[in-house]
Amino acid sequence: MHLFEILQKEILCPSVVRMVVKAPLIAAKAQAGQFVILRVSEDGERIPLTVADYDRIEGTITIIFQTVGATTLMLSRLMVGDSLQDLVGPLGRATETVGLKKVAVIGGGVGTAIAYPVAKKLHEQGAEVHCVVGFRNRDLVILQEEFSAVSDRLITLTDDGSFGEKGLVTDALRRLIETGENYDKVIAIGPLPMMKYVSLLTKEHGIKTVVSMNPIMIDGTGMCGGCRLTVGGQTRFACVDGPEFDGHQVDFDEAIERSRLYGEQERHAYERACNLFGQEVR
Amino acid sequence: MANLSPKKVPMPARAPKLRSRDFLEVATGYTAEQAIEEAGRCLQCKHKPCTGGCPVQVDIPSFVAEVAKGDFAAAYEVISRTSSLPAVCGRVCPQETQCESRCVRGKNGEPVAIGRLERFVADWHNEQADVPACTIAQNGRRVAVVGSGPAGLACAGDLLRMGYDVTMFEALHLAGGVLVYGIPEFRLPKAIVQQEIRRLQKQGLHLQTNMVIGRVLSVDELMEQQGYEAVFIGTGAGLPRFMNIPGENLGGVYSANEFLTRVNLMKAYVPDSPTPIRRGGRVVVVGGGNVAMDAARCALRLGADKVTIVYRRSAEELPARAEEVEHAMEEGIVFRFLSNPVEIVADDHRRVAGIHCVEMELGEADASGRRRPVVKADSDFIIDADAVIMAIGTSPNPLIKSTTAGLETQPFGGIVTNEWGATSRPGVFAGGDAVTGAATVILAMGAGKTAAEAMDKYMRQKNQ
Ligand SMILES: Cc1cc2nc3c(=O)[nH]c(=O)nc-3n(C[C@H](O)[C@H](O)[C@H](O)COP(=O)(O)OP(=O)(O)OC[C@H]3O[C@@H](n4cnc5c(N)ncnc54)[C@H](O)[C@@H]3O)c2cc1C
Ligand code: FES
Repeated sequence: MHLFEILQKEILCPSVVRMVVKAPLIAAKAQAGQFVILRVSEDGERIPLTVADYDRIEGTITIIFQTVGATTLMLSRLMVGDSLQDLVGPLGRATETVGLKKVAVIGGGVGTAIAYPVAKKLHEQGAEVHCVVGFRNRDLVILQEEFSAVSDRLITLTDDGSFGEKGLVTDALRRLIETGENYDKVIAIGPLPMMKYVSLLTKEHGIKTVVSMNPIMIDGTGMCGGCRLTVGGQTRFACVDGPEFDGHQVDFDEAIERSRLYGEQERHAYERACNLFGQEVR
Repeated sequence: MANLSPKKVPMPARAPKLRSRDFLEVATGYTAEQAIEEAGRCLQCKHKPCTGGCPVQVDIPSFVAEVAKGDFAAAYEVISRTSSLPAVCGRVCPQETQCESRCVRGKNGEPVAIGRLERFVADWHNEQADVPACTIAQNGRRVAVVGSGPAGLACAGDLLRMGYDVTMFEALHLAGGVLVYGIPEFRLPKAIVQQEIRRLQKQGLHLQTNMVIGRVLSVDELMEQQGYEAVFIGTGAGLPRFMNIPGENLGGVYSANEFLTRVNLMKAYVPDSPTPIRRGGRVVVVGGGNVAMDAARCALRLGADKVTIVYRRSAEELPARAEEVEHAMEEGIVFRFLSNPVEIVADDHRRVAGIHCVEMELGEADASGRRRPVVKADSDFIIDADAVIMAIGTSPNPLIKSTTAGLETQPFGGIVTNEWGATSRPGVFAGGDAVTGAATVILAMGAGKTAAEAMDKYMRQKNQ
């Protein structure tokens, strides 16, 4: 019925790949903020990836991912014309953008790929959108053109200053807030420590903040509970209650520990995959 | 002349030492000679008390009589008149509380080993030449079955036999429901489930995996846009419950669903599997049902040094199948009865270090007739642990309810149906754990069959 064929593939930067995949049923329903779960091979892992874009007419969705482990490495080796083993979605709740007039969208690393459809949606509904995107260095910078097209203000930073400003996204956001920008909401998507520090900053200033959590998942339907996290003292499942949550309520330290649970085993699988593909282990 | 032995012919099983470190099937099954010998113990009671104890009313004395004669094909024919999954039920049904509990031989010794005989007949059948492809006249009318567990499989099987064009939608990448993601290989080899599904596909079943109904398509869209005249919902009770005690979200705390899904569906049991899971160390499992036994025995097979089951009532109340409890004890699983966790204790890295429990004693009987455990004062103790698995129950997933307007559910989430499986929405039927909450394979299968009959009636009437 659907084949999940890869129709386009583009290397955005050495470790980040964009793919356009045929998936008419998913494309018909997907909204910004939702995700899919895919498998690359028979007996492979199930990994969640946010829907970075969709085309309802062509019946395609776009995924953007960084090669960080065995599965994403295998995925990055697929070519146009190959197909994914499995693809299921759209899962999770869509980003709530109704009524927002002025928003700061903060993206970190490959999280900027997830932040982009949110920024685009806000821009299309006429909100004033300020985007702050941060990367480790210039080689990892992605989606600059796309972001400029949907931002009223765009600030790009790198940790080492090799592109844009030198510094962290929180530095830029603090400056914006302190120079009098009044946001209805801050939406932060990126590594857990980044979202944690953005949330701490906005809490000081009393600005509503939404973060997009991306914990370990298996089924994505609420069946395993592996994706659970503590939000405002309550256990929530990221796959069905999220992935977006109130950043001021999330227990980030717990989420960080849970995300490290399989560090060693994942590293091992990654190295094996690297050997398989004759690629240097990073 | 009946075989007068007061005991069942013992089930051949692999030695506990050998089997507790691998995932191969524990009980290896009767040989033909053993089956004939055991079948000879049946007294062929005219009033068939055993059949009355079977949720799907298998004509037990008749099939056992055929086994005694050595006509296994005839025995299979008798079973398959009312049961769709005999190779599965023979392995996982709680026979001791169903058919075998009513067996007259059981009054003075052990009952006839009905479950083992059922398994033997089904396995014998599966080893014979492949079933021929479908020859049933198709009526061209389309029905949808949502969920591929025992309820969905049984419903689809009967609808196919009636000539309907059946499409099954499954959320995961593999069909079989709990039979593939929950119940482990050593108790129910996955090849048996796959054979069952392939058989249905040969009869014309269209199977669509990766289809979360309520997300990619709603029940309404199935009926209004996709042209399905009726829908069966057999989505199970997959939502894990937690105790809501401190420490439950620490690294190293699993729901049994997560742990078992990693082991079974994601194949962490295969050496060299890329699926990460906690191996080795000290594991504590909380709960006393089949799910708890399965989780504990999987942990052991993944190399745990010590596995402890913490259960708040006593051994007599364990809801798991008797055989599984026996096997678990033989394999060296430690049981802490009358104990209840109050907190999961963390180490410096917010990972599990132990589980803090209190002792319980049995008080007055509650609504279920079981004596209610109450906390004993000053009885706190800690069990050191590297992983904790919560196996305290599941409830139906709210997704279908929240995306299907007008579908009535009970407060715990179960879909409301009449005795025929009809829901509050015309054309929408439901059965299995999605209706009852977590129950058994045989009840789910029975509900699927009942609903198939009702759906057939509904569509015939609609046609007039
Ligand atoms: C570990 C474990 C051990 C058990 N041991 C025994 C035993 O020994 N004996 C016994 O009799 N019973 C046992 N049970 C209980 C038994 O397995 C269940 O009662 C039975 O499987 C219920 O069948 P079902 O068809 O209603 O649901 P399930 O088997 O749960 O199947 C439901 C299916 O629907 C799918 N689904 C859910 N939502 C959607 C959706 N929105 N769209 C599409 N698909 C969806 C699920 O992915 C799943 O595949 C055990 C259960 C577990 C978890
Ligand atoms: S991924 Fe399994 S419950 Fe969320």
